[in-house]
Amino acid sequence: MHRTKFFDHVILLAGVFLMIAPVVVAFMTSTHAAAEIHRDGLMLTWGGHFDETYREVLTRQGGFTGKVTGARMVMNSFILGIGFAAGKIVLSMLAAYAIVYFRFRLGVVFFWMIFTTLLLPLEVRILPSYEVMTKLGLVNTYTGLIVPLLASATGTFFFRQFFKSVPDELLEAARIDGAGPFKFFIDILIPLSRTMIAAIFIIMFVYGWNQYLWPMLMTNDESFYTLVRGIKQILLVWIGSQIPDYNEAFAMAILAMLPPVLVVVIFQSWFIKGLTESDK
Amino acid sequence: MAHVTIDRVSKDYQAGVRAVDSVSIDIADSEFIVLVGPSGCGKSTLLRMVAGLETITEGEIGIGGRVINHVDPADRDIAMVFQNYALYPHMTVRNNMAYGLKNRGMNRADIEKRVAEAAAILRLQDYLERRPRQLSGGQRQRVAMGRAIVREPAAFLFDEPLSNLDAKLRVDMRGEIKQLQKRLGTTSIYVTHDQLEAMTMADRIVVLNGGRIEQIGTPLDVYRQPQSAFVASFIGSPAMNLITARGESGNLVIGDQTVVMDGAMTVPDGPVTLGVRAEDMKPADHGATAHLELAIDYVEELGAGRLVHGHVGDARLALSTPSGEPLSDLLPIVFDRQRLHLFDTATGRRL
Ligand SMILES: Nc1ncnc2c1ncn2[C@@H]1O[C@H](COP(=O)(O)OP(=O)(O)OP(=O)(O)O)[C@@H](O)[C@H]1O
Ligand SMILES: [Mg+2]
Repeated sequence: MHRTKFFDHVILLAGVFLMIAPVVVAFMTSTHAAAEIHRDGLMLTWGGHFDETYREVLTRQGGFTGKVTGARMVMNSFILGIGFAAGKIVLSMLAAYAIVYFRFRLGVVFFWMIFTTLLLPLEVRILPSYEVMTKLGLVNTYTGLIVPLLASATGTFFFRQFFKSVPDELLEAARIDGAGPFKFFIDILIPLSRTMIAAIFIIMFVYGWNQYLWPMLMTNDESFYTLVRGIKQILLVWIGSQIPDYNEAFAMAILAMLPPVLVVVIFQSWFIKGLTESDK
Repeated sequence: MAHVTIDRVSKDYQAGVRAVDSVSIDIADSEFIVLVGPSGCGKSTLLRMVAGLETITEGEIGIGGRVINHVDPADRDIAMVFQNYALYPHMTVRNNMAYGLKNRGMNRADIEKRVAEAAAILRLQDYLERRPRQLSGGQRQRVAMGRAIVREPAAFLFDEPLSNLDAKLRVDMRGEIKQLQKRLGTTSIYVTHDQLEAMTMADRIVVLNGGRIEQIGTPLDVYRQPQSAFVASFIGSPAMNLITARGESGNLVIGDQTVVMDGAMTVPDGPVTLGVRAEDMKPADHGATAHLELAIDYVEELGAGRLVHGHVGDARLALSTPSGEPLSDLLPIVFDRQRLHLFDTATGRRL
């Protein structure tokens, strides 16, 4: 095995520093008062206003209408992130199941149709999607926020590859054991896909959590604001000579970063397992 | 327990590609039938048609008197053991065995009882809570057997269940499966490409070649009376010597030598394929008249005996002899002339 040498550590440390430094700066800065930040710029030292700032961010009724708190935004972000991830997994597993295990006319064509949509980012279809949602009266609803984004070529593709690698004999054994298509899916395929589900959940959760453009279009009611939008909102409050609440913006950014980081850190071993090995 | 009838069954995977060609086998209740043949001869295909995993192109398959051509695999009352075992990787041994019973709506107490019984028979009691991953190959094999046993089906279907095991374990499991089958009395169809497995396990052997049946018979039948040159070459180890010879006024001409038959069997005039097993020849005793003189090429020492390879003209022969004194280059040999086999050179059928 390759032995780690001094130089390897230097490279890794440099990498770590590059990645972590901005986060540290953001966190340190968030503990200072807004005026200080306005005057002195970014901080690398502890400012001592941690408690106030974070409590303020999480509980103060903000926004134009004064009814949205940071906690509410955290909740919205979670609803979006989890709804997004769970929905995508359910949908793409079912799609992949149909593609891999059922012979239907044009099955291959459908697969390639789904597959090519990988090339189309959300932004390309954002206006038509918005149009549809407006017509359906789903603006300012969680449904409107989540459902249009659920179809996932990436997820479908990953699950398809995974299902294809499951030995046929397993399906045959299950058939002889009296498991129909539904039972086979629930009893055999889903448990076998556990690590894969975890991996895709993480990717999709982070993706959903970080959505900015779509929530901005779909919701103008502030009670639907997510953290990511909240950050922007704080910086917009620039009434007269008032200084924007830089500290709060940074605090919010840190809060917005935290859950995805936690999810990744906690599930990383599953994540790697899901993408690299299969439990067969 | 039931008899299985396979009546003129054929299988086309694509139009024009026959994997199985008009095969008929009547399998008696409690019988252990082994389908044997070289790779690609259609053994698995035939078995999978019985299991319901492949559609039947032509013909009829019946289990216990009921035609099951269009019956779902789950409702055919069969259990199958796969080559790679096909255990459910995420389930414990217990659940692997219980799954088929649960799906059939059996109550918990009965399931427990059956699993416990099967585990006891297969010595798996200590492994019931393990996952397949945590078992050795032989143990996995037994779990696969257990999954079949607990169902108490009308027939067991085995598709090369031992070929993933090492040689020693294979011999052990061979005996175990055979014993188990005798004890349970369940009709079994067993697929293998290993003629030794076929010989040792079968009540009757079905030799398949190119999707057709070459011969059906007891192991001894098939060994002693091979109905075709193919069967002769496939069954038995070392493989039967098959050499071209010529019939001339009741005697056999091999190369430039003549084997005098003295009417031991009728030899038609003209070219024939002569089959002779290595153990049906021996070096001629001193003074006795030899049938043939074999030019020795090399000798394989096997411990219990040895295998002498040589030739007569273009024809290559191997005979087994007891180990002992060194051999000269030219070995006079005698045949057990009743045990010679003659096959039609063109069709390969027994004469
Ligand atoms: N799904 C399939 N589609 C097309 N042809 C097939 C299919 N399965 C098998 N065949 C063909 O049918 C023939 C018989 O195959 P089968 O699997 O029954 O052979 P086998 O006797 O079990 O061989 P082996 O000992 O290698 O397992 C082969 O020529 C094979 O190529
Ligand atoms: Mg096979």
